[in-house]
Amino acid sequence: MTTRMFGERIARVEDDRFLRGAGRYVDDLGADALHAAVLRSPHAHARIVDIDVSAVLDVDGVHAVFTYDDLQGPMAEPLPLLIPHPALTHGRTQYALAKDEVNHVGEAIAFVVADDRYVAEDAVDKIVVTYEFLPPVVGLAAARAAERLVHDDVPGNVAARLEQHVGDAPAAIAAAPHRLSLDLDIERSASTPMEGRGTLARWDTDSGRMQVWTSTQTSTGVRAAVAAKLGLDLGHVDVITPDVGGGFGVKIVHPWPEELLVPLAARALGQPVKFIEDRREHFISSAHERAQVQHVEVGFDDDGRLLGLDVAFWHDNGAYTPYGLIVPIITSTQLLGPYKPHNYRVTFESLYTNTVIVTPYRGAGRPQGVYAMERTMDAIAAYLGKDRADVRAVNFIQPDEFPFDHHLTFQDGRPLVYDSGDYPQLLDKLKALIGWDDFETVRAEAAAQGRRLGLGLACYVEGTGVGPYEGAHIHVETSGKVKVATGLTTQGQGHQTAFAQIVADELGVPFESVEVVTGDTRRMPYAVGTFASRAAVMSGSAIHLAARKVKEKALRIAADALEASVDDLEIVDGSVRVKGAPDSSIALGTVAVLSNPLRYAFDEASGAATQFSVGDPGKPPVAEGEEPGLEGKDFYSPERSTFAAGMHAVIVEIDPDTAEIEILRYAVVHDCGNLINPMIVQGQIHGGVAQGVGGALYERMEYDENGQLLNASFMDFLMPYVTEVPDGIEIDHLETPSPLNPLGLKGAGEAGVIPSAAVFASAIEDAERLDPGNLAVTAMPISPSQLFDLREHHRRGHPVVEEARQRRLETSAQHRKDPS
Amino acid sequence: MSEELHDVRLVVNGVPHDLGVPARRLLSDALRHDLGLTGTHVGCEHGVCGSCTVLLDGTPVRSCLLLAVTVSGSEVTTVEGLTNADGSLGPVQQAFKDCHGLQCGFCTPGFLTTITAGLRDNPCPTHDEAKEMIAGNLCRCTGYQNIVSAVERAAELIAGEGESP
Repeated sequence: MTTRMFGERIARVEDDRFLRGAGRYVDDLGADALHAAVLRSPHAHARIVDIDVSAVLDVDGVHAVFTYDDLQGPMAEPLPLLIPHPALTHGRTQYALAKDEVNHVGEAIAFVVADDRYVAEDAVDKIVVTYEFLPPVVGLAAARAAERLVHDDVPGNVAARLEQHVGDAPAAIAAAPHRLSLDLDIERSASTPMEGRGTLARWDTDSGRMQVWTSTQTSTGVRAAVAAKLGLDLGHVDVITPDVGGGFGVKIVHPWPEELLVPLAARALGQPVKFIEDRREHFISSAHERAQVQHVEVGFDDDGRLLGLDVAFWHDNGAYTPYGLIVPIITSTQLLGPYKPHNYRVTFESLYTNTVIVTPYRGAGRPQGVYAMERTMDAIAAYLGKDRADVRAVNFIQPDEFPFDHHLTFQDGRPLVYDSGDYPQLLDKLKALIGWDDFETVRAEAAAQGRRLGLGLACYVEGTGVGPYEGAHIHVETSGKVKVATGLTTQGQGHQTAFAQIVADELGVPFESVEVVTGDTRRMPYAVGTFASRAAVMSGSAIHLAARKVKEKALRIAADALEASVDDLEIVDGSVRVKGAPDSSIALGTVAVLSNPLRYAFDEASGAATQFSVGDPGKPPVAEGEEPGLEGKDFYSPERSTFAAGMHAVIVEIDPDTAEIEILRYAVVHDCGNLINPMIVQGQIHGGVAQGVGGALYERMEYDENGQLLNASFMDFLMPYVTEVPDGIEIDHLETPSPLNPLGLKGAGEAGVIPSAAVFASAIEDAERLDPGNLAVTAMPISPSQLFDLREHHRRGHPVVEEARQRRLETSAQHRKDPS
Repeated sequence: MSEELHDVRLVVNGVPHDLGVPARRLLSDALRHDLGLTGTHVGCEHGVCGSCTVLLDGTPVRSCLLLAVTVSGSEVTTVEGLTNADGSLGPVQQAFKDCHGLQCGFCTPGFLTTITAGLRDNPCPTHDEAKEMIAGNLCRCTGYQNIVSAVERAAELIAGEGESP
């Protein structure tokens, strides 16, 4: 038998080209292209009175400058609202170039095309814009107060208000033996891939075709948008996603203004045009995520069992809502994690501010939801004086309760029904991995040395593999090489490797003979995209199904050639052979030759398929119901999402004087169903945990009251280096297969980042309990200086959180007024 | 183009190149766009992320912070120059493959050049020294775990090469 590839730590086929510097990212393409630069608003909120581009027109090397007035037809309309929702009563999207008003610093106003980026930036600097300043709305407090409006026609700055409930939470809480309420706060971070956005377009004047290469998470989405906005037939537009230097969510938004302006300019100028975003542009003109303010009311019994949970939260969606309500809907539903609240009500408002748009960043609303729920679990445990793990355990959905219906609607518009899982076992594994039951000894030993240790845990459930579908096309060439195409894109997840493993197993071919192409609409025009931990589940399943079709076809053809029954055949190492008689075999390449009856020979192999060589003269050369070629195509479209789960624990040491936070150990227990390639899954977890550490302890988008992003560089936005991440991440897996897809897969991409804010809040609070009283961590991320402030206020008996926060805001406002 | 061009000689991966570039041309742009060596990536353009790190006369530098005209006459090693003479992966490259030290691959060239120089200076790093060696480079995908392992693995591979005849 061929060695089974599924489940093996196969080295990645992508690595060779990346390690040699031979990867092809978008800026590596189009050496002959003109370069674009964008004039962006320096103001958070202003009306545009006039744009004077006259000084640009004489600049040597400038080919074109576009402003709103140059846009026509669909290009002059607002960008698409990608995911409408009935509750999004006041959805607003920007124009490709600002029309009359700018609503955040960084919004695109003019687009210049020149010989190179240097000249294009020179030209941008010469454009003179006259603004009428409007007062900006910055932060959720200002948005809720609504003393100023972001959009004149959106009352209260409220884009949407949505409520879901099951049971009667307020009544259950009122009747509960114990009640608590929490006010929580979580700030902005962002995907921040190492490669920013970038687009290259080439208009073929001769054939009237547009080719676009873009650093996106959805080729088909960009293709449809370019065709619609530029008035081109879909069949005349190709979108190819080359190697992508990280996505993490920000590149699922589409079309970005530049993804339309670049092809528009390429067509207008008859020359290829390229836009490559720089780092500052990425901070101020791409997307952010996370910021929410939350209020939790909970009622519970003596064991900590939830009786009613009532959550309200306010979500900062930034200046526009192109991605609809996906992030807050996920928060509101995935907040429930592995628990059964019995009675649940959640209400949210999605609010406009004059800041960068908020769209999914790895985790996509789940980190906020998990933070709310896990802070609540810790608060219940503290209130009852119970073990935090025990309080969680009494609330778990039990293994025999799957499928478990929460009677809510998930982000895909489908019922929130968990397909499978084993949460008690996950908790047991986590406790064993981190040494939960022995921690008090560890803590006491450290305390004896004057060291302050804390242990935190957090649990989550992640809906993965959302629909609607993905597809795959597989073609066995006459050489025996297997060409696989799936339409979703790749940005570092090793799809070429993992998908080839699936094909090698199902088709019975050597792994090395399989080549996988992703994100190329010429090869697979039907696809959705790479987000929501869906690639393995969706395309993996589609590829498996397509490979099965190819296999069935190969066996039918080979059965004729070998004069054997299909049932007696198998495919091993790329050859179809009779079971038990390996000498009676035919190579798949030869089967491919036979599958395509030919009139003309071009080499020896194809000669074997010509009309005087093969076939029964009494039958049509292509049998009824068959098609020429050894190929197969199939699609996977699940009824609903599959739900992965996991639990993290962290041990931190906090300096008793300086409040510096050090990570001593980090443990992850994870269940994403069956693993295709454990090495890749482990890498995904590592990366997610590092991003989680950033989001919990370092990263925040620091806007001032004028809507200026003060830390829009890697100097000031503190992304973790190796020195900030745990030295070693301990991982244990549980594999609870999903019953929803043929390989039992669940998504793994986002898991590592989801519980981070929650697990660090839990650990820090636990460490700080050595101080008198119950210091509550209610705002994340938390820096050493903020923790220090929290301690000081707590010692003075103040209602710490609000005051510390208020003081911080006043201090920073004062600091900004007086920059010296 | 009206910009004045300056003659620059760069010896990149052992191959001499004579270029005419504007004074403001960054070394990173000269390598990528004038010489077509696109393996050197630009992640921040302000010298923080380290993606664009190349070796200038053997020393790691941020090519986004250098003007090409200021390094005329220098020897530059980019990621394309890290393979063995027979075209196989060099030891640091091989270690990254062995340890799954890369995901999207965008930051990888900067790590490879940095570690190549680091192991030349310190062929047997301790675990902490291995971490220190990469502490100036950002990666958003891997969480650095496997990159640290790759530093240690590369040191083993280089030591093994030294032992073999």
